[in-house]
Amino acid sequence: MNAPISPPPETRYTVLDAPRRGIRDVLMRWEVILVILLAATTVVNTMVSPYFLDVFNLADATFNFSEKAIIALAMALLILVRQIDLSVAAIVALAAMGIGYAAEAGFGPGALFAVGIGIGLACGVFNGLLVTGAGLPAIVVTIGTMSLFRGLTQVVLGDQAKTKYPQEFLDLGQSYFIKMKETGISWLFVPPVPLSFLIFLVLAVLFGIVLHKTATGRKLFAIGSNPIAARFSGIPVDRLTFLLFMVSGILSGLAAALLTARLGSMRSNIAIGWELDIVTMVILGGVSIAGGVGSILGVVLAVFVLGLVTFGMSLNNIPGQVVSVYIGALLIAVIAIPRIVDRLGLRKPAG
Amino acid sequence: MAGRAIKTRRLIVAPPPLTPSLKGEGDSEALTPPSPLWGGVRGWGYVIAEADPASGQRRMRNVLNYRELGLALVLIVGVGVIGAYQPVFLEWRNIGDILTETSVLFMMALAQMVVILTRGIDLSVAANLALSGMLAALVSQYYPDTPLVLMILTAILSGLVLGMINGALIAFLGIPPIVMTLGTLAVYRGLIIIIAKGDQVNASEMGVTFQAFPKMALLGLTTPVWIAILVSILFWVFLNLTRAGRGLYAVGGNPVAARYCGIDQSRQELLAYSISGAVAGLCGYLWVARYGVAYSEIANGYELTVIAACVIGGVSIGGGVGTVAGTLLGALFLGIVMTALPVLQITPFWQMAISGAVILAAVVINARAEKRPDKLILPEARRLGRDTRMLRRARA
Repeated sequence: MNAPISPPPETRYTVLDAPRRGIRDVLMRWEVILVILLAATTVVNTMVSPYFLDVFNLADATFNFSEKAIIALAMALLILVRQIDLSVAAIVALAAMGIGYAAEAGFGPGALFAVGIGIGLACGVFNGLLVTGAGLPAIVVTIGTMSLFRGLTQVVLGDQAKTKYPQEFLDLGQSYFIKMKETGISWLFVPPVPLSFLIFLVLAVLFGIVLHKTATGRKLFAIGSNPIAARFSGIPVDRLTFLLFMVSGILSGLAAALLTARLGSMRSNIAIGWELDIVTMVILGGVSIAGGVGSILGVVLAVFVLGLVTFGMSLNNIPGQVVSVYIGALLIAVIAIPRIVDRLGLRKPAG
Repeated sequence: MAGRAIKTRRLIVAPPPLTPSLKGEGDSEALTPPSPLWGGVRGWGYVIAEADPASGQRRMRNVLNYRELGLALVLIVGVGVIGAYQPVFLEWRNIGDILTETSVLFMMALAQMVVILTRGIDLSVAANLALSGMLAALVSQYYPDTPLVLMILTAILSGLVLGMINGALIAFLGIPPIVMTLGTLAVYRGLIIIIAKGDQVNASEMGVTFQAFPKMALLGLTTPVWIAILVSILFWVFLNLTRAGRGLYAVGGNPVAARYCGIDQSRQELLAYSISGAVAGLCGYLWVARYGVAYSEIANGYELTVIAACVIGGVSIGGGVGTVAGTLLGALFLGIVMTALPVLQITPFWQMAISGAVILAAVVINARAEKRPDKLILPEARRLGRDTRMLRRARA
């Protein structure tokens, strides 16, 4: 950095050096808590069920959360910039319906994915226009579009189901994209990977790079921390927010294609209630609902924690709603415990 | 010197941004002094709404009244048109049915409004309703001799406790309401399965009086309607005539100003979620007793219908704005849409799409009316920017 041409006329305030990071700060990092949770989940599940650590079982378990996890990546960015998209599950339904009709019209797998993504994109643009163009609160807009999109699906489909899909399309969703390969050494092998999980991993890396390594990512953090300051710093707040709603729509459309391919049928109640599951993933991943804080790594870890908890409990025949008690309690506990620790003054007060 | 120059100007620093969408941690920030950017500046102040009774506030009230009148007009015209097609829709019996069908929504929407007024949101209400209803049904099944009043009290009390759990953690630990109630939504729903051991309680297993009470009629209206009327009056009195009720508006309208007025935000929040819970409990009993079945899926997703009723009724998700009359009209609107479709022989599948479109229309209209002087954060900031630029020019 060059030396300043002239010294500033007067120091109006002092900027202190950041306090040194103590061991407590490292341990209290969200990702560390999640890694511990993940390890605990794995250990407990392995002890309880001998079928848990089976590579095929685990690969099958990813089917159940990959589609939600893909949308969670977009949701994480939206929540990071203080927005939210509650219409994602409804977009999945609308896109899945479009795919259903396109499949009946005889389109191939590539075209079906394009139809899903296209419908998702259109829905995302609609949300984005209402939120950034008209300046409306995202939570209300997306509650409205949630009703609208799913309502349209119900109007068109009624109580019908779409069940005719080309076999290649179903193969994409129902079989492993990467097949199991043994190398002869018992611990060294290529695990079977379903397409949806592979897409999730690739997208997670992509989102991680964009959020944490690019200027755009820094801008998103800036918007989340203080949208007004961000706007005055020349960050195109509305344009980026609009873009995020588009991404959320696109990924919902993609998830719709993957889900339809996996299930091989769709009704108007497809993916119902997903929005809350997805928000849970994101919040458990450490993204602050007040904006400006969060990491993709945290979200990915939270996805694994939730996925493995659900999988482990279903191996033990625990009904889904009891699993949700555990997940809800986990969500509250993970948010509440650091605050209680703060209250008790165990952590050094920041600033 | 720079510091003095700034001090002599009438410099107003807007409070930190309070996004209208997601409230929570932002509120505590609002109480800290302005950002370090202006750390050395003395004499900063928050922009607090000018309570000039002659202009601002009265105009605001007029806007609100117009909005409620508009909604009422839309309803009357709508009902008139439906009545012209199907005269049966305007028969007293049908109107009574609509009111009975909507009575739970009336009360739930009012309770949700109280929470939204404090800039919160309660997503757990439907789960709370189902759990409290299940508890009341179980009491009726296993202790059929319990007086009806006690059964209803069981539901209300269970709802109150569940609501207080939300309120306590939100108010005293500062957990964002949307996170907290999302978590308890899952927990409360799951608890139904656990306490009922995965079973459901059917009409034949519930007591006779337990089920007969919501079907009783007085002066042509059923008991749920009378209860809804009573609850509405209580809400009106509470929100307009009591100190605690006004405090809810103050906390939501401007937390900083409310703090300076000595209003305890935490206590107000606890109060709001407790009310929301207790009403959900009462509605839980009414729901289970009226439909004669209690299981884990009842009222699934109903929380969003309730919030939709509030939004249509003009309650601002940004807090501090909402009236009993508006909310009742919003709920009535949804109630009429739901009952009118079968009468008009339109497939009920339209219902969701229509309410979605109405929510979007309502939020656009509300946003226009909501442009209040104290919400104009950007123009203030713009003025601030202009001041700084002038200052810089003067210095140069």
